[in-house]
Amino acid sequence: MSSVPAILVLADGTLFKGSAIGAAGHTVGEVVFNTAITGYQEILTDPSYTKQIVTLTYPHIGNVGANAEDTESRSVYAAGLIVRDLPLLHSNFRAEASLSDYLKANNVVAIADIDTRKLTRILREKGAQPGCIMAGEIDEARALELARGFGTMAGQDLAKVVSCDSIYQWDTREWRLGEGYGAQAEPKYHVVAYDFGVKHNILRMLAERGCKLTVVPAQTPAKDVLALKPDGVFLSNGPGDPEPCDYAIDAIKDILDTKLPVFGICLGHQLLGLAVGGKTSKMKFGHHGANHPVQDLDTGRVMITSQNHGFQVDENSLPANVRVTHRSLFDGTVQGIALTDRPVFSFQGHPEASPGPNDVAYLFDKFIKAMDERG
Amino acid sequence: MPKRTDLKSILIIGAGPIVIGQACEFDYSGAQACKALREEGYKVILVNSNPATIMTDPDMADVTYIEPINWQVVEKIIAKERPDAILPTMGGQTALNCALDLARNGVLEKYKVELIGATEDAIDKAEDRGRFKEAMAKIGLSCPLSFVCHTMEESLAAQAKVGFPTLIRPSFTMGGSGGGIAYNKEEFLAICERGFEASPTHELLIEQSVLGWKEYEMEVVRDRNDNCIIICSIENFDPMGVHTGDSITVAPAQTLTDKEYQIMRNASLAVLREIGVDTGGSNVQFATNPDTGEMIVIEMNPRVSRSSALASKATGFPIAKIAAKLAVGFTLDELKNDITGGATPASFEPSIDYVVTKIPRFAFEKFPQADDRLTTQMKSVGEVMAMGRTLQESMQKALRGLETGLAGFDPVTSDLEQIRHEIGTPGPERILYVADAFRAGLTRDDIFAISKIDPWFLAQIEDIVGEEKALAGRKLDELDYAELRRLKRKGFSDRRLGALLGVDQGAVRARRWALNLRPVYKRVDTCAAEFATNTAYMYSSYEEECESRPTDRKKIMVLGGGPNRIGQGIEFDYCCVHAALALRESGFETIMVNCNPETVSTDYDTSDRLYFEPLTLEDVLEICHVEKPFGVIVQYGGQTPLKLARALEANGVPIIGTTPDMIDCAEDRERFQKMLQELGLKQPPNRTARTPADAMRLAEEIGYPLVVRPSYVLGGRAMEIVHEPADLERYMREAVKVSNDSPVLLDRFLNDAIEVDVDAVSDGELVVIGGIMQHVEQAGVHSGDSACSLPPYSLFPAVQDEIRRQTVAMAKALNVVGLMNVQFAIQGDTIYVLEVNPRASRTVPFVSKVTGAPLAKIAARCMAGISLAEQGFTKEVVPPYYAVKEAVFPFIKFPGVDTILGPEMKSTGEVMGVGRSFAEAFIKAELGAGDRLPKSGKVFLSVRNSDKAGSVEVAREMVRLGFEVVATRGTARGIQEAGIPVQLINKVNEGRPHIVDMIKNGEISLVFNTVDEKRQAIQDSHSIRRSALQMRVPQYTTLAGAKAVCVGMAHAEEFDVYSVQDLHAMVRNG
Repeated sequence: MSSVPAILVLADGTLFKGSAIGAAGHTVGEVVFNTAITGYQEILTDPSYTKQIVTLTYPHIGNVGANAEDTESRSVYAAGLIVRDLPLLHSNFRAEASLSDYLKANNVVAIADIDTRKLTRILREKGAQPGCIMAGEIDEARALELARGFGTMAGQDLAKVVSCDSIYQWDTREWRLGEGYGAQAEPKYHVVAYDFGVKHNILRMLAERGCKLTVVPAQTPAKDVLALKPDGVFLSNGPGDPEPCDYAIDAIKDILDTKLPVFGICLGHQLLGLAVGGKTSKMKFGHHGANHPVQDLDTGRVMITSQNHGFQVDENSLPANVRVTHRSLFDGTVQGIALTDRPVFSFQGHPEASPGPNDVAYLFDKFIKAMDERG
Repeated sequence: MPKRTDLKSILIIGAGPIVIGQACEFDYSGAQACKALREEGYKVILVNSNPATIMTDPDMADVTYIEPINWQVVEKIIAKERPDAILPTMGGQTALNCALDLARNGVLEKYKVELIGATEDAIDKAEDRGRFKEAMAKIGLSCPLSFVCHTMEESLAAQAKVGFPTLIRPSFTMGGSGGGIAYNKEEFLAICERGFEASPTHELLIEQSVLGWKEYEMEVVRDRNDNCIIICSIENFDPMGVHTGDSITVAPAQTLTDKEYQIMRNASLAVLREIGVDTGGSNVQFATNPDTGEMIVIEMNPRVSRSSALASKATGFPIAKIAAKLAVGFTLDELKNDITGGATPASFEPSIDYVVTKIPRFAFEKFPQADDRLTTQMKSVGEVMAMGRTLQESMQKALRGLETGLAGFDPVTSDLEQIRHEIGTPGPERILYVADAFRAGLTRDDIFAISKIDPWFLAQIEDIVGEEKALAGRKLDELDYAELRRLKRKGFSDRRLGALLGVDQGAVRARRWALNLRPVYKRVDTCAAEFATNTAYMYSSYEEECESRPTDRKKIMVLGGGPNRIGQGIEFDYCCVHAALALRESGFETIMVNCNPETVSTDYDTSDRLYFEPLTLEDVLEICHVEKPFGVIVQYGGQTPLKLARALEANGVPIIGTTPDMIDCAEDRERFQKMLQELGLKQPPNRTARTPADAMRLAEEIGYPLVVRPSYVLGGRAMEIVHEPADLERYMREAVKVSNDSPVLLDRFLNDAIEVDVDAVSDGELVVIGGIMQHVEQAGVHSGDSACSLPPYSLFPAVQDEIRRQTVAMAKALNVVGLMNVQFAIQGDTIYVLEVNPRASRTVPFVSKVTGAPLAKIAARCMAGISLAEQGFTKEVVPPYYAVKEAVFPFIKFPGVDTILGPEMKSTGEVMGVGRSFAEAFIKAELGAGDRLPKSGKVFLSVRNSDKAGSVEVAREMVRLGFEVVATRGTARGIQEAGIPVQLINKVNEGRPHIVDMIKNGEISLVFNTVDEKRQAIQDSHSIRRSALQMRVPQYTTLAGAKAVCVGMAHAEEFDVYSVQDLHAMVRNG
């Protein structure tokens, strides 16, 4: 059994010794954990994980291999992967490659065989912190230096880094067993989606509901968006700190003035919060998982949601025309807001799931309804 | 929405006796429900016929009825207690069926009682195959092609449409009773016939087989606000075709992508909504095509289940407790997740960061005639669960936790033909044969082709076999820290490594300790470490960080009983739970070690700390190393911990209570004999044989008939009564392997003796009798299978006093501290000591329920050094009423198995009946056991020669009660001579029509059939007992039983219901 050694060093000096299961070399990023049991490929390809190294708390990762369908963007965005065990064999009727091959093909540095529960405990207690995975040739001191040199996610404007370079159209619908991704027939509405690192399933769910989608780069000014004559504007998820994204905040302010329906998810939600005059802050270790209860304050219903964010909208910073619509039952933080004077709302978690439960999908319907009502 | 205030009192229906398909998981759920509802201020009324349950402890509910669970009796309870609501979802199929009966018979309406947790319609929709299928079609989910049939003609037509193999599922039965898979027409007809019998609605579902598809389960909880959460997903190692209760299962699901998982999740929620489970837990089962992912719904249970107990233990989320609170109107977000100390609400989905494996335990060794191939009808009697950070770790832990002697993937055979057969046509040990298949050179593809077990699992076993091969020829001291750690991380036990390296486990342990290689303990926290937890629910793993955080309090550790099996079940778990409760009350920190997910003992709040671990020397020593307990209790968990006692002691573990040396003295034949001689007590003449020749010679010395058995046995394994040398010779040849280390014991069998069980407790100074129980069946029937009465119903006071005297003498001689059980046989005026067990016995819960004295708690305190005087328990309690314990048998699950009782224990559970007279108590016990005694009709008598005289009395009494008597020639003669009218009928070998024809035609309403313990006699009459069982005709296979029935029959209708609390008040008030 010859395995390639790998280490993980955290900025606080904690060292884990394991084995490499991805590309050789090293990677640096903010180490976060995600408690979702399924959906590792969706997680790896979620642009919101840019510059983050993901620890998956479920020990066997790789059971179902990798395939071309279960991706949320064109490539892997996570800066690295940490797991307890890469299984000996993947087994799933849709698998096309092993996770290990997939990681290598995508040049992702990854480590296995470490006590990921211990790591999670450290992250829970001390907060997310920078770390370095080094695979192949090991230099512990160098790894520590790299980890400490990473700095912090706070203040990092990553949305413009991961956004698309140019406008594109999207017409792929949701995935169905035995059919895969279907193409859209006759769209009803035209939605312009800001790509701050958009997950494809958001676009699929909008397309499924009859939206013709024009995806625009993060720094597209409001006037260019409005020139496309959208029926509604969508603000996508994405990585990093929302605060430095002044270009987006400014654009959203202008769009709000038009009273067009606007729907934001995750980073889009935080940017909306900033655009209406609220504040955002960095959380200790954020929300990353697929089991988070969120309450819809209008109906009292509790949804199990997919979550992936390290920043939040501060409730008491919100102006009078913004009401909190959803709240996390884990820690009471704001999970959704809506403007009282226009058809604008946003959600902190991931209604598009992928991975995770589909309980919040109704927000997409709500967005469609807002466009319906606009006539 | 807060809880409902319009409800004040709630009746909870329990599951009754332990049977295959319904085990202690319903005590776990019921006990949780009682606690949850009382916590909210409701008055809880409970009915459960099973005295060995924690839920029937007098302080669990406000009013407790240990009474038969059928709608007529429950109506009496409703009339008396007038509850506002009934919670029927905690007591398995028994409770659901009882609730439906109450509804259909107008009882609910009459007394204005509401069903909460599940409505009549929801229960019916989930259980009625036709309606279920319709409901699934409505929400766009597929079910296998199937047809509901009420006649054989319909069944045959349906079969033609679905093809072979065909699944046959009777409606409204538990554990797939009466169902099966037919591969040809002959099998099909046989299973249908059986299925029609088993279904109370005479209804079958003839279904397309999806054999070989992958099988999954989802545990779902829903509240009345329509909030739905998945507690746990479960993937079966054994694909479709094996009942999920008999399958090895793993949590969470391993081989689903998120997209497929979410489809299943959405479908589960849709099923609950459509069936109309408004509140509570349900279990939904799916099958998926491994090649395409196509998914179909198999079934759903609108109640807590064995799987939900497993899911609760696997995740730390207490489904039954939450379900009970939801039933009274709470919503999930209003309830706290206890395990995170309330930091998070109950409205979330547990995430786990370990792998859980459940392996069923079977008891086919008890039923040699039973077909041991696994099908859609459940056959296992217990299960073990294990957790590890990887599948390999958890699976190997589960294998050794089974306590079938395995240390891991022990090889069985290298015979390729046998291997192919065993992995293709699964029996109880398929998983071992999978390992053997790799050893024999089959590839993963070969094994998949035969077994359809997912390659993901196969690869794990292949790797283990590969590791084992690599150890061949290696030496222990060659293994360095890194290599040994790698192996331990894959779950190899010291014992298995020892076997592979040619050393004993002690050597491996010593090496491991020298290298400072020890397991750490991780916590089960429902949230994969996202939140901190103070709940000390732990499992071991070879990882870096230990989370056990032991305290420096004075601790008592209780070793549990492991998986249920025949002879060691819920009674022992009851004792362990009581030890934990009592010692916690007395200020000790309590630590539980057990691996049975069905139990109350493995509920994380039963003890201060719970280690969910196999009960092997290695695993227990490691926990002791971390916890350093003040004392360890080994006498409550049955044979499991007792077997470890000496080795634990030798390794410096402080055993409290009766010393292992004295336990050995009671079990060691020669030491025990010497002790009895010194005390001047009698034993049946006996010898110990170490060779077959020895046996033949010694048998002549003491004379026939003889009871023969191997030296160390539980539940009468391989015990037989032999009447002549030829029988003994056969026994020595076929039944046992005899050697110096495992000799065979010969005891003179006492004809027509009355057997008596005594439970006593001692603090080392004082001995107090807990209860004297007189068996109904004569000596020779295993004590666990015999009905018994407390107090004795026909023993002279002087005899009872002498029994007391002898019990005290033996307790003192053995320096008993804790519990002791003695079995006596009384032949004429002579009292013989059959055996003494200085430990918790199967009857402890029964005695405690009857007398109101919690023996297990009292004895646990004795072990911790609190004297009986200090506890104020210094006098035997003799109740002013009678209680009868009756055994319940699994014969109906095993076609072909004889129902005759003997020295080998076969019962799975027990019920209790209470009455002002023995007769009333007995009749209620029979009713509780499921035997509906007829009021009139024909009683069939066929008895052995020695019972002929007694049978005349029975016949006379039956005629007096208005029955007609039918008998075979030999039996009839005596009856005729006594001038009693009797109808003559042929034995089966005397030509037709014969007695089996009569039984099958429904002409017989009661069968009394006793047979000499001789092979031929048993074989000749087998079909009588089997047909009676199939026709559900009550049958008694001992004369004593028949006599008791006669006495009880007089009271068939006129019985009352008594609450345990009222009974105990009678005791207190003298």
